Formats: sequence, structure tokens, C-alpha cells
Amino acid sequence: MSYNQPVGDTSLIACLHCDLLQRIPELAPGASARCPRCNKELWRHREDSLNRTLALTLAATVLYVVANTVPMLGLTIVGRDASTTVIGGAQHLWDNGQKIVGVLVLFTAVIAPALQIGLMLAIVLGAMRARPPRWVGTMLRYHPTTRIWSMIEVMMVGVLVALVKIADYATVIPGMALFVLWVLVFILAGMAASFDSREVWERVQWADEARSDAAGDSLAEGTS
Amino acid sequence: MSPTAVTAMQQGLQSCEGCGLLSRPAPGEVEGRCPRCDEELAFRKPASFQRTWAYLLAATICYIPANVLPVLTTTTAAGADSDTIMQGVVLLWSPTGWPLSIIVLVASIMIPSAKILALAYLLITAQQGSVANNEQRVRMYRMVEFIGRWSMVDVFVDTFTAALIQLQPLMSVEPGPGLIFFAAVVVFTMLAVESFDPRLIWDSVSSKEAGSKEVTYA
Repeated sequence: MSYNQPVGDTSLIACLHCDLLQRIPELAPGASARCPRCNKELWRHREDSLNRTLALTLAATVLYVVANTVPMLGLTIVGRDASTTVIGGAQHLWDNGQKIVGVLVLFTAVIAPALQIGLMLAIVLGAMRARPPRWVGTMLRYHPTTRIWSMIEVMMVGVLVALVKIADYATVIPGMALFVLWVLVFILAGMAASFDSREVWERVQWADEARSDAAGDSLAEGTS
Repeated sequence: MSPTAVTAMQQGLQSCEGCGLLSRPAPGEVEGRCPRCDEELAFRKPASFQRTWAYLLAATICYIPANVLPVLTTTTAAGADSDTIMQGVVLLWSPTGWPLSIIVLVASIMIPSAKILALAYLLITAQQGSVANNEQRVRMYRMVEFIGRWSMVDVFVDTFTAALIQLQPLMSVEPGPGLIFFAAVVVFTMLAVESFDPRLIWDSVSSKEAGSKEVTYA
């Protein structure tokens, strides 16, 4: 498949929800533009996007590591203790004949958040260069998918319900990870809200450039 | 809405879902690659109706065992007791626990069924070429997209309840056979949302306008 011909002016766009052709205006930091036909937000020009996102992403990295290494919930009942981590919850499903659901829990609560944070860290660091290299674009393209499947906030509501259920039978001991995860929920929301992908796309090295810089046969494929 | 609304497709242009770049496919081609981010491009998501219907059908089929089969089995000295999702909601209902009971009711019962109905409505109206209520329909799509992930709440509730309550021989809780079907409903409806192309909602409006008015493209 060959590369399309860009229209030349990147302020000319089509709304992804209704395909209306339009021009994105130059926006002051903090301002946003919406599609006049379907009201989809087309662009929000974030203030000081890269620095703020980097700070929040670094915080998220630390919190993520802590959240997955210390116990999240514990309980005592008639002198017996039990505790679990996030991964322990997924592990228990796997061990008890619910392998697929166990993998889904591991993916949405552990793997996807790790990708969401890790990719964002790499993207922001790469985007701090004057000309972000090609791999920044590749990661940026897949980043929204990791956001859809990263469900820490949903998990936390689930944990809250589980806590109340268990409290009927036993004394629940909230673990350190429980508090860390709640903070992480807000840090991740802030990370998403401070990042301006359009600003990075405007500067990133293009795929067709990278292709024409590469070896001859891939060049032939790209232009055939 | 401006009277000269023109879509990218009418101009032979494709916009990239990955990076937003607008580009023109090679002459005679209907598919291509985004020169900026390398994403595969088409005017509309490929086979959007078929794929969305397929995921939606799969979700609807799984919806039945998800609600009929137990999601948790509690074993105590007195014997084993299995609960479906709805029984879980009822069990949570107490003078102090009712707000959580409502959360589970909304997330596990109301959202999945509303999602299935909303997607079916969007698919049918778009396939019939409806030109009414477009703004409400695209807003509905965004709500379904935003709210869908919250149905996973029950999966997490059952996961952590089962992982913690392991106090054999006093009491233990294990996940039941309904859980995988319930998780499948959530995943299939999320995939259905992702494969639906909201631009299909507008295509009938756009072609109507293009037919009735001289279109200028500046």
C-alpha cells in the first residue's frame, strides 16, 4: 500500500466523528476548538504540555511501581490473616480455572496501565527534542489504545464494592497500595489532560521520510 | 452548520484516526497509508457495519449466560451458595451498603444492556440512511464509548472478593462460570464501539446536502 499525498496544510482537517472538512484555528494555550457540525472537540491547546505531562508521568511511574509491589487489601477473621495485591487477584483467577478472566484482569489493571505510563514517558522524552524521531510517532499512534484498556479507576470502584462485601464477614485492612492507587487514578487523569498530541504530531518525523531514509527495497515498496 | 458542509470523502480526502492528518490516496486507490504516522487509511473504517454487528451479536449471546449463571460461589461449613450478578446486587442492599448496590446495578445490569440497545439503534438508523437526530446520535455514540469500560466493575469486585476470602475450611469464595461470559459482554461491546465508524451517522446528511447544493471548497 502506498503513502497518501498530504494536503500540505496541517490546519486543514476533517472531523473524525462526522468527516466535516474544516480548518483548525490557531488557538491560545488553554483554548479549544470544536466541530461546528457534531460538537466533537478537535483540539485543546494545552499549556506547557510537555513539562507538565513529564512531571505527572514520572509521578505515575513511581506510584505504579509501589502500587504493584505492596499489598492492596488484607483481612483478619478469627485470628487468621489474608492479603492480596492487584496481581495476586489476577493470579487467583488463573489458578482457579478462570484463566481468560485472569488474563483480562491482569491486562486491564496491570499491563495496559504500564504501557500507558511507559509509552507516555518515552513519547514525552522523545518529543522534547526539536524534531521528535519516528519512533515517537509510532508510540503516539498506539497510545490511545492503551488508554482505553487501562482501567485502574474502574478497578478501584470494584475494590470499594468488594471491601464493603467482605466487611460483612471479616475485618478489612486497607493496604498501602489502596491509597497509592487512588492517587494514581487522579495522576493518570491529569497526565491525559495535560498532554497535547496535536502539538507533537506537528513536529514529529514523518513515516514516509523515515522510509525514504531507509534501505532501498523498503523505499521501492513505499513508493510502488 | 454551514450551508456548504463538505466532507473529506466528498473531496477524495482521508483523515487519519491515528494522527489526524488529512491526505489524498494515490489516483485510483481507495486505501493508502498515512504519510505521517503510517496508519492504514480508508474513507471509512473497513466493514464497519459488519464488524460492529458481529461483535454486538457476540455480546448479546454472552449476555444471557452472563446473567443466568453464577459469578461467585461461596463455600462455608454450611454448604455452597452461588450468586448471579443480580443476586449480588440484592445481597449488597442494606441500610449502609445501598449506594454500592446501586453502583453495581448500574454498572453491571443497566450499562451493558443500554450499550447493546444503543449500538443496535445506531447501526440500524445509520444503515437505513436516517438523517434525523444526527447530533443526538453522535452524542449517544460518545456516551457509549465513554461509559462502556465501567461495566468491568463487577469483574474486579468478584476478582478481589475471591482472592481475599480464602479461609478454608471456614469460608472460601470462588469465581463462577458466569464471570467469563460477563467479561466477554464487556470486551465485545467495547470492540463493537471501536469498530463502529460515527461518520456513517452523517453520510446520508452529507450526500443529501451535496446533491441539493452547489458545493464550494476553499
